[in-house]
Amino acid sequence: MVTTNTEIAYNSKIEGEVIVSRMDSIINWIRTNSMWPMPMGLACCAIELMGTASSRFDIARFGAEVMRFSPRQSDCMIVAGTVTYKMASAVRRIYDQMAEPKWVIAMGACASSGGMYRSYATLQGVDHIVPVDVYISGCPPRPEALLDALMKLQAKVRHERSATNLRRA
Amino acid sequence: MSATVDVLAVLKEKFPAATPRPSLDHPAVNLAAGDIPAALKFLRDEQGFDFLVDLTAVDWAEGVSPRFTVVYHLLSTGRHDYVRVATDCPSDEAPAVASVVSLWAGANWHEREVYDMFGINFTGHPDLRRILMWDGYPYHPLRKEFPLAGIDTPLPDAEIMAETGARVIAAPMAGGPFVASPGEINLTEAEPRAKDESWTERRAKPDA
Repeated sequence: MVTTNTEIAYNSKIEGEVIVSRMDSIINWIRTNSMWPMPMGLACCAIELMGTASSRFDIARFGAEVMRFSPRQSDCMIVAGTVTYKMASAVRRIYDQMAEPKWVIAMGACASSGGMYRSYATLQGVDHIVPVDVYISGCPPRPEALLDALMKLQAKVRHERSATNLRRA
Repeated sequence: MSATVDVLAVLKEKFPAATPRPSLDHPAVNLAAGDIPAALKFLRDEQGFDFLVDLTAVDWAEGVSPRFTVVYHLLSTGRHDYVRVATDCPSDEAPAVASVVSLWAGANWHEREVYDMFGINFTGHPDLRRILMWDGYPYHPLRKEFPLAGIDTPLPDAEIMAETGARVIAAPMAGGPFVASPGEINLTEAEPRAKDESWTERRAKPDA
């Protein structure tokens, strides 16, 4: 069908500067595109995390460039590295300080499962102490893998029932 | 590299308990535990061994006596000579030797590590606390009777343990440790794999 209408985008003159949408879409749109990470760099994965943040891979393209060691201002904890039992309590306390909503990425073999450290000193996966949303395989993972995990997390957040959860909270 | 002075002969003159210790590289000597601070001070001040490279220990396994040996590696920065000094702890149940922190301040953390890992007490140490494991951890992990996987214990933080229900668990070994042994497989294609693949976390270990 051929139409003479060329107005295929939002036109403020027609719509009167009003957009109609669902709360879920708007909240999730806001959340997905400024996912500020809390870098929990504990071992060599943190080097790849730094690489991901730098110009070549540029995590800023996905709105997640604000890496500050500041749990109260962050949305997504990236656990990058080996979590020892001695460190586990600190990781959990930092997670507890993050404001809701919050997500966790377990980056690399160690954070996901203890990795090669089947030993008395290493927590066998950070999911023993914090709920993990996305696991990344690799030792260490390439920066592309971290970006992929971030996109996976964004896809997950996009489908959350945010408005319903807000009402319930 | 050979020593320019015969350390053993010099030491034997002052400390008659000194005996030669088998060594593949540098001169090594066994000393009585009681001689340790004096002999090391002698080596440092009169033989020029001014740098404590390493301080560690050996556990010769349960039932062996003497069970624990403390080993000192000394370097003479002037002559580029090394010497290794070893001493057996007199007691197997409550091993202890004198601290050398007063000779080398750097011995402080080495002795704390040996205390943490082997449970050897260094008498006269200014601050003998655990350095790697947390305070209150009930075991000494590098002792021979301690399993690599660890032993079930509470988390260091009781509050976190109550909230998460997590504990320090014996790590699932599943036939590990996971190693790529040279010679057995092509290392360029190999993944590290368990030595014993007859059992996994799903399939129980067959009785020996």
